[in-house]
Amino acid sequence: MEDTIKVAGGTGLTADDIKSGKIFLTEDSLDCAYAWDTGVAVNRYLAELKQGKIIATRCKKCKRTMLPPRLFCELCFIPCSNWQYVQDTGIVNTFSICHVHWDATRIGKDEKPHLPAVIEIDGASEGMGIMHLLGEVDPEEIKIGMQVKAVWKPEAERTGSIIDIKYFKPL
Amino acid sequence: MGILERNSRNIDNRCWNPGIKAFPVKNVYTAGVAGQRFFEELKENGKIYGSKCEKCGLTYVPARIYCEKCFDHLLEKDWVDVGIEGTIYSYTLVCKTKSGGPKEKPSIMAAIRIADGLLIHRLGDCREEELEIGRPVKAEFKPKQDRTGSIEDIMHFKPL
Amino acid sequence: MMRKVAIVGAGMTSFVRRALETPKELSYQATKVTLDSCGLTLDDVDCIAHGTAPDAFDGLHQNGEYMVDGCGGWNKPTMRVYVGGGTGIHAVVHGWHHVASGLFDTCLVVCEEKMSSALPHAQAFFLTIFDSITERPLEPNLLWIFALEMNRYMERYGYTKEDMALVAVKNKQNGLKHPASQFSEKVTVEDVVNSEMMAYPVSRLDVSPVSDGAAAVLLASERVARRLTDKPVWIEGVGWSLDTAYWATRDLYYPRYTDTAARMAYDMAGIREPDKEIHVAEPYDPFDYKALHHLEGLQLSPRGKTVELLRDGHFDIDGNLPMCPSGGLLGVGNPIAAAGTMKVCELFWQLRGEAGQRQVPGNPRRGVAQSWGDLMQVSSVVVVGN
Ligand SMILES: [Zn+2]
Ligand SMILES: [Zn+2]
Repeated sequence: MEDTIKVAGGTGLTADDIKSGKIFLTEDSLDCAYAWDTGVAVNRYLAELKQGKIIATRCKKCKRTMLPPRLFCELCFIPCSNWQYVQDTGIVNTFSICHVHWDATRIGKDEKPHLPAVIEIDGASEGMGIMHLLGEVDPEEIKIGMQVKAVWKPEAERTGSIIDIKYFKPL
Repeated sequence: MGILERNSRNIDNRCWNPGIKAFPVKNVYTAGVAGQRFFEELKENGKIYGSKCEKCGLTYVPARIYCEKCFDHLLEKDWVDVGIEGTIYSYTLVCKTKSGGPKEKPSIMAAIRIADGLLIHRLGDCREEELEIGRPVKAEFKPKQDRTGSIEDIMHFKPL
Repeated sequence: MMRKVAIVGAGMTSFVRRALETPKELSYQATKVTLDSCGLTLDDVDCIAHGTAPDAFDGLHQNGEYMVDGCGGWNKPTMRVYVGGGTGIHAVVHGWHHVASGLFDTCLVVCEEKMSSALPHAQAFFLTIFDSITERPLEPNLLWIFALEMNRYMERYGYTKEDMALVAVKNKQNGLKHPASQFSEKVTVEDVVNSEMMAYPVSRLDVSPVSDGAAAVLLASERVARRLTDKPVWIEGVGWSLDTAYWATRDLYYPRYTDTAARMAYDMAGIREPDKEIHVAEPYDPFDYKALHHLEGLQLSPRGKTVELLRDGHFDIDGNLPMCPSGGLLGVGNPIAAAGTMKVCELFWQLRGEAGQRQVPGNPRRGVAQSWGDLMQVSSVVVVGN
């Protein structure tokens, strides 16, 4: 059957085309930085992390205890002003063993792979996960459903950041 | 207190800043089908090329592969050497650096009319008093061995 | 009262790893070939709906404005839409509004992406999609969220990496017959499973490539469509939906956003039993598992039974419900926004019997295309029929 698809353009270049210098290229980088307001709810979250505690907000309508805490429940669309401490333990909802850095360069042979996970925090509503890292664990041993506990930085080193928790380790 | 100082504080000021953590990404741009030929001519022959749409009677500078008005493909036969002279369509004195800081000596940036195109470039080798909209200018090229196939192969335009 | 809207032309560039063309030139090539395909000129076009995914890839802030003359937008009402990876099909929905509303009789939909401009790798630019305060300090990378979702999906139904690899093998096989494909090599399940492990369970060949390219379709009102062609392909339904951006707080094994978007589109199209009434499907497949995940969300396969159907050949070109006959993102390439529009182009060609070697047998009369993006939370769906 005749292929009547209309295709035009899309001239592929090879690495050699680039290396030979025949192809004119212009490079630029933005060289800029950002700083973000933490917002009302997350500011409290970070301040509590600095104290070694995890705090959530609770919606009085749908009764969800939410992490990260938020100023409003996005499902009921009403304000949330009830703060509630939750545990620093949880279960692994899902995980990965990552051999690639954020910029797609490969993690070296002598470096450890990154172990990102979604962790459902005990005391928050079911399924209320946060993204964090796993540690002190053989990657082969990680299982979905595994119980884990936060490993905190020493108090003096905490800055009010999500990385005041170094990682979660198996219980 | 400047806004940058404030941002360098931590959560006490409700700001979170990764601080020293850089985001070292960059972009690299190909010149494109038309650009490849345009810059080749600039680099090798010190010539500026446009492309003419016969239907619309317009000569685009820099040259393109299509007419944006009638969408005709502009082909090899439509390429025209438009010379290296133009006129000042408008200009501005730039007194600040890219990031807004003070600049030692102002530079002069101009939109230069060549055929039906407007080329944005620097004006050089001239005094402020010489600037005038409508004044003819001429491209001054870098020595051939220093040219790389870039808009910077033209050092600046000089008022005539 | 909504008017009927038809697709009357389609076209695209080749998808390549790194294109010589500028984003403007890519847009022009796809747009021009689309106009030529239905014998129209720019004078016949009333408005433009265009799309491109993150500006960061092309490295051109406000890439939509930059692209505009390459899309035929000079001096015409032009509007860009952006929902990340969902953009390519969302732009078609967006164009549909322009014509269905009665405001315009023709609308050009053009999507472009030039990912090769981004260095060291397009993936790096995705760091900025994560929450700047609660996630970015963990130095996440884009692969994490796919790996986390894929793992959860596989765990939920007991699927294996070999199961997922079947999709990559099948789609890449289909893609070999697509004239715009950036691939020329067949792969096997072993190739996929043994390819470099990037982020367990994601291996390199589970993932679609980085690509440059553009694709376009021309939409027309019924009056204009009937004048132009004997074979209009009607847009029978459109749907879209976004789930919460707190992505870690919803269960990742089921794409609820796709479910919602699909039901909206099926309702509009009067479809009650999608698995019987849809004859060809182009679910979004940037990763192999995503095609299956999305088929479930699109109500084209029962949850947890999709691998069984896949193994039975149900989704093959000559199966009951051919999936990604184009080759999809895995088989043709993935210039983000353009890849979604490519799927609508494919349905246009399939329903007109113009898909050459990839033609689905039995004169398919109805198809669905879907794309997905933002923070794994958006789906856009288009149902077409003739
Ligand atoms: Zn609520
Ligand atoms: Zn013209």
